Amino acid sequence: MKIAVASGKGGTGKTTISVNIAMSLPPPVQLLDCDVEEPNAHIFLKPKGIEKSNVTRMVPEVDLDKCDYCGACGDICEFKAITVLKDATVMTFHEMCHGCKGCVMVCPQSAIREKAHVFGTLEKGKARHVECIHGVLNVGEAMSPPLIARVQQEIWSKGITIIDAPPGTSCPMIETVRRADYVILVTEPTPFGLNDLKLAVEAVRLLNLPFGIVINRSDIGDQKVNDYARLEQIPVLLEIPHNRDIAVAYSKGELMIDVIPDMKEKFQQMINQIIKQGGK
Amino acid sequence: MKELTIISGKGGTGKTSIVGSFASLAQNFVLADADVDAADLHLVIPPEITKRNDFMGGHKAIIDPERCTQCGECLERCQYDAIANFTIDTIACEGCGVCVHFCPSAAIDFPQRKCGEWFVSNTAFGPMVHARLGIAEENSGLLVTTVRNAARELAEKQNRDLVIADGPPGIGCPVIASITGATSVLIVTEPTLSGMHDLKRVAKLANFLKVPGMLCINKFDLNTDMSEQLIATAKEYQLTPVGKVPYDPAVTQAMVAGKSPVDFSESAATSAIRQVWQNVSNFLDSY
Repeated sequence: MKIAVASGKGGTGKTTISVNIAMSLPPPVQLLDCDVEEPNAHIFLKPKGIEKSNVTRMVPEVDLDKCDYCGACGDICEFKAITVLKDATVMTFHEMCHGCKGCVMVCPQSAIREKAHVFGTLEKGKARHVECIHGVLNVGEAMSPPLIARVQQEIWSKGITIIDAPPGTSCPMIETVRRADYVILVTEPTPFGLNDLKLAVEAVRLLNLPFGIVINRSDIGDQKVNDYARLEQIPVLLEIPHNRDIAVAYSKGELMIDVIPDMKEKFQQMINQIIKQGGK
Repeated sequence: MKELTIISGKGGTGKTSIVGSFASLAQNFVLADADVDAADLHLVIPPEITKRNDFMGGHKAIIDPERCTQCGECLERCQYDAIANFTIDTIACEGCGVCVHFCPSAAIDFPQRKCGEWFVSNTAFGPMVHARLGIAEENSGLLVTTVRNAARELAEKQNRDLVIADGPPGIGCPVIASITGATSVLIVTEPTLSGMHDLKRVAKLANFLKVPGMLCINKFDLNTDMSEQLIATAKEYQLTPVGKVPYDPAVTQAMVAGKSPVDFSESAATSAIRQVWQNVSNFLDSY
């Protein structure tokens, strides 16, 4: 079963929840960190035996001996990733390229072929019994979804896969959660938390995915998240009160279940409840 | 005119509370919420919308079954597995238009879609430009650029000499769109290993895009050793430290009350934020 941990708002505790769930469950369990812009799960998991590999996507390369500067490539490209200038030069912008191959297909001179462009790294390792996989987007690269897709190719068919999602409700978050069987939305009981939770709920409903809510730092704000959940009949899976010890442990990259061992059972119960309920 | 963008790398470090406070402290500026994916500034600076605009983003392909001969040309050309049974999955469709171009029966339409809205508003502190990207929509970078351009135009028209923009988390397309060409960025971080990790990546991006940066540490007393290390890291990336804000429950209370911390009460956090604004303001004066 694939369980994604997401939220509209950043900093609500997605990574904390993801890594602590993964470390609480019996094997086989894997954790995928799909927040490739700012991956943090490895800070808490400290995986060993890390294997790194470059991740590439295909981008156009123009053979200037064949090119007659007709401009067909620039016309078909919706992403402004290739353009022909009047003074007979072709410019390509790899960080904008979505890899549709339109330019390759349309070129009447067959002057464009594809080459591999490295835009990130895939890292695999093991922390205790948890298989850890994360992607790291190269700084300066704009597009994370192709790297997220690559990380998700590592999803196995046995056991549980926990997927740590990036914040927001646009392409990176959608790319991450759309293959999940269930989504845990992490929020906090504040107006920002509630506003962004509502956006995330709209997103998972659009994808027709079953989901529930975890309220982190559940006593720092007001009751409006609970009221909203009741009204919308969304299950509140777990509430975790604010605790300075947890915050300090977090700051040092330590696990919540190592500071408050009782939490381990709560995470196990939550996942069992989700499994019993069944995913997508 | 100068443009200050507040970013963080890591989400939830307190960007919006800081921007909201700056709105109380700065003068003669335009506010911009460049976090179009999860915009929150309107929750502490209530806007009165004076102008609504549709945001027209990318195109999506739609097959007309009447014209489609089911030849399969589109299936072969689509790189995103977005076509099944001669219908297009709009979530998987990247909007590249390759199927549209190559369809021999011209059976695929390619309308531009409304992907969100952007607004010009009045607030108690001055004008604000903000937006809402539709759920599951793409082109957040383009919407960020739209918001920034509108904020700059408004500032120019009204002789305001500063744009203060609340930026998105991360380092990807919307962040690149929100800081490219800005006068300066203020990075708000927290003294955690995650904060440190994410700071380095976002600072590297600011360096790469040649935008001068400042650093503010929020909740610095949560881990004072880490705060020291953050200051050292700031120097490594040529970021100017502009202050430290202590952890203070009054910040959350202000949010719950729908106000910025500075507007809500006097507390340890707000006097630190006032000092941060003074330093930021001096830094901007030097550009």
